[in-house]
Amino acid sequence: MKLNKFKSSEITPENFYINRRQFLKEMGIITGTAFASQNIITSALSYTPETERKITPYKFATTYNNYYEFGTSKSDPHKNSKDFITKPWDIKIDGEVENEITLSVEEIKNMIPSEERIYRFRCVEGWSMVVPWLGFPLNKLLNKVKPTSKAKFVKFTSVYDPDQMKGQRFPVLNWPYKEGLRIDEAMHPLTIMVTGLYGKELPNQNGAPLRLIVPWKYGFKSAKAIVNIKFVEKMPISSWMNASPKEYGFYSNVNPNVSHPRWSQATERVIGENIYSPRIKTVMFNGYGDEVAGLYDGMDLRKNF
Amino acid sequence: MIRIFKPTIFVLCLVPFIIIAYQILFNKLGAEPVKQVTHHTGEWTLRFILLSLAMTPLKNITKILAWIKYRRMLGLFAFFYGTLHLLTYIGLDYQFNLDPIIDDVLNKKFIFIGFAAWILMLPLVVTSNQKMVLILKQNWKKIHRLSYLIGIFAVLHFIWLSKTIFFEPLIYLIILITLLTLRLDFIKFLLKKKSVT
Repeated sequence: MKLNKFKSSEITPENFYINRRQFLKEMGIITGTAFASQNIITSALSYTPETERKITPYKFATTYNNYYEFGTSKSDPHKNSKDFITKPWDIKIDGEVENEITLSVEEIKNMIPSEERIYRFRCVEGWSMVVPWLGFPLNKLLNKVKPTSKAKFVKFTSVYDPDQMKGQRFPVLNWPYKEGLRIDEAMHPLTIMVTGLYGKELPNQNGAPLRLIVPWKYGFKSAKAIVNIKFVEKMPISSWMNASPKEYGFYSNVNPNVSHPRWSQATERVIGENIYSPRIKTVMFNGYGDEVAGLYDGMDLRKNF
Repeated sequence: MIRIFKPTIFVLCLVPFIIIAYQILFNKLGAEPVKQVTHHTGEWTLRFILLSLAMTPLKNITKILAWIKYRRMLGLFAFFYGTLHLLTYIGLDYQFNLDPIIDDVLNKKFIFIGFAAWILMLPLVVTSNQKMVLILKQNWKKIHRLSYLIGIFAVLHFIWLSKTIFFEPLIYLIILITLLTLRLDFIKFLLKKKSVT
């Protein structure tokens, strides 16, 4: 499948971005400055690319964020993360594994090339974006260790640094931020570790230096600024499950049929649209049902929300 | 004094409306325009409810009667912004599509209580003029005690729609509790005693 499935006219004015893509397509080589340090594959994709919806303007994807470590307002992360230090940064993979390892982000980036993935991003609050991420399948990283037979789940822990993250000075959530996936979800080829977006390095407010993206789940499942990946036997309790178990389940798959106490999950508002644009219908598994529905065969998704 | 103050305050009360109208006309609402309008009008509704509830305690504490002259205007502005808030939700957010709205009102407690607060404002608006005060006499006071309930509902609406323990709803809650406490006979008695000694 070709990378460029969009006509440039369909994409919102992101001149830098479009030019870069056209350039890459025409020349078939990688060059430039913003992404020279990154190891990027541009050949083939292993997923169904976005063809129906427009890419969200870069400005909104990087200034409208939920990242409570930097404050609870949508504009806080952009404002308060400017001086956040992400180098050096180590990620430890441990728990129920035979060979726990600690890798620096640089090592990981050199070892595993990033590719572009244009995914829909659906927040549990009822809004959505379409973001061109740069990243690699998480399974490529997880394959560096050998899980033991006890390992059933993968637990992600984000950084705890209240000196740099002023939101963590308040008990808004039980810090550090914790999330979890079942092993088969974590190993699924759609699940990626993100190193960048819109052809650039990942901005701090989007979860630098390394974050998770699980496109068929609500956005909060995709933990940011990860420092630890742990194979565990029991289902991890995420920070949001801990805060309100009735509202946030472990699976949190995008599901228009399961309502949230506060937000309609049947429809969603598209970020960047004008004030008169209607909501659009939310699609089961955020439109990735063909790829992931099989993971939940025989499960009652109303119960396991 | 009141002749100058009242029109000035009227214009000041319109400032939040002018701000949001400007943002709509000049497309300055950001990533989620409908949400921005909803939040702005909702926030100002709550502020005007609390402001109108502050006039009586202010009169009691300062012994200046003039505060009461602004109570009705502030209350009517609360209704004005509350109606804009409701219309934004019905018209802009759901484009007058009634099914999801009815579903929300019945199933989401924060929407139910917000809607209830708006409904409770209606009898107050209808009975807000001087004529009604004269006709209803003692009953007027009783009807207008609904404003306490409206205040409680409005703050609950804000608390229940918040995802976790946020500061803002808590600040409004503290202000509301203060304003209602100052109305208790016991507290009024203490205030009086203090001013006598």
